[in-house]
Amino acid sequence: MKQYKLILAMCFITTLACAQVQQKESSVKAEAPTTINYTTEVVVSELNIPWGMVFMPDGSMLITEKTGELIHFKDGKKTEIQGLPEIYLRGQGGLLDIELHPDYANNGWIYMSHASADGEGDGGNTAIIRAKLNGNTLTDVERLYKAGPNSRRGQHFGSRIEFDDDGYLYFSVGDRGSRDVNPQDITKDCGKIYRLNDDGSIPKDNPFVDTPNAKTAIYSYGHRNPQGMVKHPETGKIWVHEHGPRGGDEINIIQKGKNFGWPVISYGINYSGTIFTEITEKKGMQQPLFYWVPSIAPSGMTFITSDIYPDWKGNLLAGSLKFEYVERLVLKDNKVVKREKLLEGMGRVRNVRQGPDGYIYAALEGVGIVKIVPNK
Amino acid sequence: MKLLSYITIITVGFILIIVNQTDVTNYNTVQDKVLQESIKRGNDVYADFCITCHLDSGEGVKNTFPPLANSDYLKTNRESSIKGLKYGLKGKITVNGKVYNSYMAPQGLGNDEIADVMNYINHSWGNTYGEIVTEEEVAKIKK
Repeated sequence: MKQYKLILAMCFITTLACAQVQQKESSVKAEAPTTINYTTEVVVSELNIPWGMVFMPDGSMLITEKTGELIHFKDGKKTEIQGLPEIYLRGQGGLLDIELHPDYANNGWIYMSHASADGEGDGGNTAIIRAKLNGNTLTDVERLYKAGPNSRRGQHFGSRIEFDDDGYLYFSVGDRGSRDVNPQDITKDCGKIYRLNDDGSIPKDNPFVDTPNAKTAIYSYGHRNPQGMVKHPETGKIWVHEHGPRGGDEINIIQKGKNFGWPVISYGINYSGTIFTEITEKKGMQQPLFYWVPSIAPSGMTFITSDIYPDWKGNLLAGSLKFEYVERLVLKDNKVVKREKLLEGMGRVRNVRQGPDGYIYAALEGVGIVKIVPNK
Repeated sequence: MKLLSYITIITVGFILIIVNQTDVTNYNTVQDKVLQESIKRGNDVYADFCITCHLDSGEGVKNTFPPLANSDYLKTNRESSIKGLKYGLKGKITVNGKVYNSYMAPQGLGNDEIADVMNYINHSWGNTYGEIVTEEEVAKIKK
């Protein structure tokens, strides 16, 4: 009898131990392409961490280096732009994303995100600014938002910026490493997607404008660290992907006032292999459109709309920092049906965008910016 | 009388040896305590700044992020390792016979934090790499 109990206990312990590391892998696996019908051309060489990039109407590019340099790449030459505000450099924080106003041609506004030490508390947090480019200098620098309080933690500044068809400005701020404090509390910054008017004012119909003590710029919450954000070319909706911990990276379509669950629900586990939540679903919390287990560490995101890649039209691309490839996701009725690895092994992919010329550009750490060119 | 002298000498000798040993033990304990505390702080730094790429057990990611556990690079390149943490590390390095060619950005850590996280890495996952790294040692290392 005693022995029987002992065996039972051992079975129980074994089950528990297994349950700790059991994770449901992504339903669709990433494959290597069967035939490679493209080559790559280096467009901008010798960059370290090209966090953000935009294409200017004159065909030049603005590139943000995480270490705090804004580079204007024109006619094959790099020029450093002066006039940035002070950048807080620590961990994942630095000079981050860059985006042009949808009506840039007329108003000249450039939007950027960066880590800043200004404001309450020791350390830094994510700030959103806008400015104009005059020659090689930024002028009219205005700060539109600064998340607070500051933190010395190195993680999760978020920072992707995108505009929708109505001209609203969206951006992400990650949970700043305070998983159990920030993301589920709408009276606190961090772990959120925000929505502002293009001048930084709060839209009157933001979801929490009438909620006492809420940060009224919040548009959705329960996020971990979104580093990919793109407007869907047809629906105009804002698509976001975010890093999970070990497993549990997600793609979500952002909805007003909705809770995306972090860290109450997650398909991820701690880096150490232990669990922080038992559940992956809960009423009142959104399920992701797709989740990655194992994590690819996604950064940068774009939809392919151009005719240059007929086989890829309508597909979503996401950069993988961890596995050094660009992931091509084929979607059907908002479900991922196929995943393919492009540019595998060329470098950590920090960003991927379709340029106004229709070509796909990928920013690779330690390499630079490359362009995907289909074989003739 | 001669016997008494011998006994005295031997006794004094023993006492000296014992005192000396106690001294050594105390010294080691103090050093050890300083190291242990540094390692403990280093664990927090690691969990904040390093774990996303080099992972929980210092195993790294195949072809992308070199391992820190049982890494010959760390063992034999103490100064370059500290320099890498302080100023970033770019270009080719060979770790355990495998070439990595990437970029590690400087993390904006203080010299004290770099010393702590080096001590954590040098004494974790089976690593036992060298003497304690101090804040002063990190401060002296220039670009």
